[in-house]
Amino acid sequence: MTKLPVIFKRELASYFATPLAYVFILIFLVLSGVFTFYLGGFFESGQASLAPFFNFHPWLYLFLVPAIAMRLWAEERKSGTIELLMTLPITRFDAVTGKFLAAWVFAGLALLLTFPMIITVNYLGEPDNGAIITGYIGSWLLAGAYLAIGSCMSALAKNQVIAFILTVSVCFLFIVSGFPMVLDGFSAWAPQWMIDAVASLSFLSRFDAISKGVIDLRDLLYFLTLIAAWLAATAVVIDLKKAD
Amino acid sequence: MIEITQLTKHFAQHTAVDNLSFSVKPGEVLGFLGPNGAGKSTTMKMLTGFLAPTSGSASILGFDIQKDTLKAQQQIGYLPEGAPCYGDMTVRSFLEFIAEIRGFKGVEKRARVTKAVTQVELETVLEQSIETLSKGFKRRVGLAQAILHDPKVLILDEPTDGLDPNQKHQVRKLIQSLAHDKIVIISTHILEEVSAVCTRAVVIAHGKLLADGTPLALESRSRYHQAVTLVAEEPLDKDALAALPGVAGVEENALEHSLSILAKPGEVIFAQVNALIAERGWKVRELNVERGRLDEVFRSLTRGESV
Repeated sequence: MTKLPVIFKRELASYFATPLAYVFILIFLVLSGVFTFYLGGFFESGQASLAPFFNFHPWLYLFLVPAIAMRLWAEERKSGTIELLMTLPITRFDAVTGKFLAAWVFAGLALLLTFPMIITVNYLGEPDNGAIITGYIGSWLLAGAYLAIGSCMSALAKNQVIAFILTVSVCFLFIVSGFPMVLDGFSAWAPQWMIDAVASLSFLSRFDAISKGVIDLRDLLYFLTLIAAWLAATAVVIDLKKAD
Repeated sequence: MIEITQLTKHFAQHTAVDNLSFSVKPGEVLGFLGPNGAGKSTTMKMLTGFLAPTSGSASILGFDIQKDTLKAQQQIGYLPEGAPCYGDMTVRSFLEFIAEIRGFKGVEKRARVTKAVTQVELETVLEQSIETLSKGFKRRVGLAQAILHDPKVLILDEPTDGLDPNQKHQVRKLIQSLAHDKIVIISTHILEEVSAVCTRAVVIAHGKLLADGTPLALESRSRYHQAVTLVAEEPLDKDALAALPGVAGVEENALEHSLSILAKPGEVIFAQVNALIAERGWKVRELNVERGRLDEVFRSLTRGESV
């Protein structure tokens, strides 16, 4: 019988056992408000849409999501509880996925608490609520991808700060891989298929499409595959590094 | 039954466990002895499935720890070194988490937690978060999680390390009360503990098995086995003592003003010594026959190996 729900429950509760959860949610809500209204020009755009809100999520998440992910495994290794966890009769899959899902649901919870945005934009005008829903789905998938990367980095580093920095760096690479400045570096020497491959790894183009209301199965698969791949890498890294 | 067959673990450059083989039967309390860094913890980590051995195998009640990991782990209650627990959880929520992992639900879960809590006397701190507890309590939380599912195999890595004498006594009592139908393996470097709770002692150093036997048999390997130690009010004739049949030598202990008369292997010299004391009319204040000194056996075994 799978013990995934037990791991999930403990992990989710542990977020709320410390001030971490509340601080994170507060900062997330404040920053997403600041980004939307000041930097995004929500009112100035004169459109009933949450695009100014979603546009900043890849950047907002770049620093906030690694902060949730950094403790996933680094803390277990530092405190030695990983030895307890790994000698209990649970599978690697249950442990890795249970922990990841708890972090993902927590991120989703923080995201749901931005619902006043939906109320505001519906009060002010007549937005495309379908696009708003896909925007939320896209944003949550994006958070999941960041978290899966963070899970692997957290397993790699015993120190949470290093895990944080590694996660930010890798996520940043995934964001900018679609940018001209990166692609230009490839275009001089690399064949076209490689440039396309690098560009297609980017979070931004996928996320933009979903947040504009276009749900393409390939984009969904992209995020889910990315999450699965990084979680598999987490399991491998844990086996290699757990005893260090 | 636990079977350990040619278990070996290499770390980068050094060999932590070197071709270790032995087996443990139900009812045995095995004391795993060795200096720090001897490979005790590494062996336990391999037995519980935390570390994969470089070569060799271990099976727990017939389940191979590498191939049938989950089934083997279900049989084991394990207290890792330092008793790590989730500090931000309360004692109750932590034990309930462990109970759920062990597959207990509802009434049974609560009953299991209550029983484990009673056994290690944690009632007073049940609602406190673990990080606020003293070392002794933390160790007991670790013990509670290990015995919660009434496992057939208990593996405890330094269960009394850092406890005060009362707590040590309590933990030993607990181990003895649990031991009768179980396999218990405890690692320790406290030798009195071996005589106090173990039915068998295994000594390792540098990952190799050096000795395996009952604590009594181990003691009898001591130079002091069957030695007579006495404290007299006057200087004694050491040459006369040394000349007695069966006596291997006489040692003076300046600190305690005592003399130890060592026996040759297999000899019992108490009667001869006693007769000489009566004949000379010596005033002897204290006299006892030693079983042997574990610490001395331990030292000679492990030091001979490490030099």
